[in-house]
Amino acid sequence: MSKINFLKPDKENLNTFLYLGSFLFVISVIDVFLNSFFSLNITGFLPSSLSFLIPIILGFVGLYFIRIEHSGHKFLDQVNKNINTNNFNAVLSLLIIFIIIKATPPILSWFVVDASFAGDSKDVCSGTGACWTYIKVWFRRFMYGMYPNAEQWRINLSFIALALLGSVGYFATEKFKKYLTLYYVVIYPFIAFLFIFFFISGGPVFFDFSYGIIAAVVSIIIGFFIPGKFKFYYFIFVPITLYIALKYFIFYEELIELGKLDGLNWVETGAWGGLSLTFIISFFCLIFCFPIGMAFALGRRSDFPLIRYISIGFIEFWRGVPLITVLFMSAVMFPMFLPEDFFIDKLVRAIIAISLFEAAYVAEVIRGGLQALPRGQYEAAKSLGMGYWKMHIFVILPQALKLVIPGIANTFLALVKDTPLIFVVGLLEIVGMLNLAKTNPEWLGFAMEGYVFAAIIFWIICYAMSKYSYNLEQKYKTER
Amino acid sequence: MNLKLQKIVPQLITVLVVVLVFGFFTYNAQINMENRGIDFGYGFLSQESSFDVQFSLIEYDGSHSYFRAYLVGLLNTILVSVIGIIFATILGVIVGVARLSPNYLINQFAAFYVEFFRNIPLLLQIFFWYFAALRALPLPQDADAMLGVFFLTIKGLYVPAFIWENLNVFLYSIIAAIIAIVVIRIHARKVQETQGKQLPVFWISAGLIFILPLLSFLIGGVSLSFEIPKLKQLATTSFIYEGGLSLPPELIALTLSLALYTATFIAECVRAGIQGVGKGQKEAAASIGLNPNQVLKLVVMPQALRIIIPPTTNQYLNLTKNSSLAAAIAYPDLVLVFAGTALMQTGKAIEIVSITMLTYLSLSISISILMNWYNKKIAIKEK
Repeated sequence: MSKINFLKPDKENLNTFLYLGSFLFVISVIDVFLNSFFSLNITGFLPSSLSFLIPIILGFVGLYFIRIEHSGHKFLDQVNKNINTNNFNAVLSLLIIFIIIKATPPILSWFVVDASFAGDSKDVCSGTGACWTYIKVWFRRFMYGMYPNAEQWRINLSFIALALLGSVGYFATEKFKKYLTLYYVVIYPFIAFLFIFFFISGGPVFFDFSYGIIAAVVSIIIGFFIPGKFKFYYFIFVPITLYIALKYFIFYEELIELGKLDGLNWVETGAWGGLSLTFIISFFCLIFCFPIGMAFALGRRSDFPLIRYISIGFIEFWRGVPLITVLFMSAVMFPMFLPEDFFIDKLVRAIIAISLFEAAYVAEVIRGGLQALPRGQYEAAKSLGMGYWKMHIFVILPQALKLVIPGIANTFLALVKDTPLIFVVGLLEIVGMLNLAKTNPEWLGFAMEGYVFAAIIFWIICYAMSKYSYNLEQKYKTER
Repeated sequence: MNLKLQKIVPQLITVLVVVLVFGFFTYNAQINMENRGIDFGYGFLSQESSFDVQFSLIEYDGSHSYFRAYLVGLLNTILVSVIGIIFATILGVIVGVARLSPNYLINQFAAFYVEFFRNIPLLLQIFFWYFAALRALPLPQDADAMLGVFFLTIKGLYVPAFIWENLNVFLYSIIAAIIAIVVIRIHARKVQETQGKQLPVFWISAGLIFILPLLSFLIGGVSLSFEIPKLKQLATTSFIYEGGLSLPPELIALTLSLALYTATFIAECVRAGIQGVGKGQKEAAASIGLNPNQVLKLVVMPQALRIIIPPTTNQYLNLTKNSSLAAAIAYPDLVLVFAGTALMQTGKAIEIVSITMLTYLSLSISISILMNWYNKKIAIKEK
């Protein structure tokens, strides 16, 4: 047996170093493990500061011994390459391992072991752990806000129906694939709106927007028969004229009996809340902000200077102010700008404000995609005799949007994360409900549980969205 | 002719629509204000505000004007933004570099941090720190001193205050040191370009910035002492700390959550920037004989910064705008003081909201102009 130099581990004495090093490392891990899980201090005989450092020193020496390059031992090489490349990395790895071991018992005990799940009053929550009973008791409030308990099936049913209708794209056969865009851009949002207005809200059949919807539908149908030359002007003037005609000259509101769907009580939007409101707001803002953003992105790259400057002004204005002031504006300033008898629901106001705000961000993202397309694409489309709209709809936008999927996904994520801000206009989605529940005198002192619960929910939603966008990006990646 | 018409008509229509919308709004606003007996004007800014603000960087109480209240809010916003930006940058750079570490545990740890904090709404994080985490801190009388002088309690963080004598001399010495360093750097560059010699600029600079302020202490009559916070009993169960600086828990919760949240985005920018520098660049730099430090300083960093700066600027802007969430936990920032309290008292919705928005707009625009200037400075200079 040759002489062993402990300052310089080498391949010759591989086994000696390997066993010695692993032994020291395992000892250090066991020490920390026992210390944190069973509060046993096996190095208690040492002074306290040394006893604190001893696992790090032992582990460090152990890792130093097993750091032998090209040892021929597969597992060892893997370990060395990944966590043990040099002294600095070894210390960091050790620290992370120890932090994980140290942090596990308190987290576990708070979340599960000492937590209380049973019962439905505060009395069961006397332990040191989390009080999940609180979440259980308030669950309906966190999900549905102040929506009456007896009516909550309406929200559930609407969401299930909308989820099913939304998943149509996966089941569509080749024949219907080409209509999918139309379906998702126009028909699906419209159905969703009908569901939410008539079913969740239980609103009257004829309301102010009905005229708008009728005007839009009628003018789109007639629009198919208008020669392409006049289409632009047609779509600018006719729907508005039709709307005004319907509202002020043809149907008088007194003539129409305000009807409701049978047996559904009207639930005012102030009572909506919780996670369902988060979904409703995100959904509509998402649908509205996308076309608005696209329009301003095109406007910013337009050849017409006036349109370009207006678009730049719009985008830079919304991007420069925080969302909270925009919501302030929609709450206190916007009503001043409308005729006195004209009332817009605060939920609608919030949705408009958030949509305009996010539209500016979407516009910048889409502009990035438009700029990234090579000039050749524009020129090729033009040389085929395509006009501005045809060129953009069939050639430019499909490619540009494909490029900016990650950016758009990020904007949508930001939108979902911004929804809690609607507390400014007095709407309480899940975070707002938490703040309300926390001040309930019977349930004081459970703020932590509530925030952790909401954080988990938001984290799952946002993480799923980001992973989905990553999949989309991979799916639509085209070789260039 | 037809072509010209085609160019003009859409523009005219758009302008017309914009003008009509604005006209409609102002017309309604006028009628509404007349009906409610409100007059439009910014005269209220000089009136007495008669409300107090809890935390203020400048002297302020109820007898000061609304304009001063506005300044208080603005300064508080800037304070939070600056502290937040500093911490977010430090943390973001560390995490971004850690994500590229060859050490599996470290890069997973960094990735976990990024994925975790990025996917939780900022407002929720602020609430968590303010209402849940910081409420678990000890009461003032039970607090342990950190390093003997810092006290972290439920009522905020108490730190020693600096008491300076002849502070201006000290500041002059620092300014002198900075000027000297700039001169020496210019000279060193000239020496290198003309004679090819490298001066030890770093050591000279470090020496200057250390020695000149030290001289000001020794000769200039500058002295520095600390005022350490002391526990004081107000009533039988009520204690506070006196002396020193106190940072309110709102400020701590806000900067903490802003820094933790924004750092995740900055980390991603840093990672993208470093990954964006080709391997060939480093190898080429090494092959012409630069040492690893020079490779980093002269080749990698300039190129990485070029990729990092624009998105990071955006994050700084976001942080500044997000600092307005302070209103949710009653930290007296611009939104709370001005668009909250002042608006309640005066009822001047249009004026106050427009001033607030314009302030944020000019803050954003000034940061982005500054960063654009810097970005232009370091951008590739193509010939």
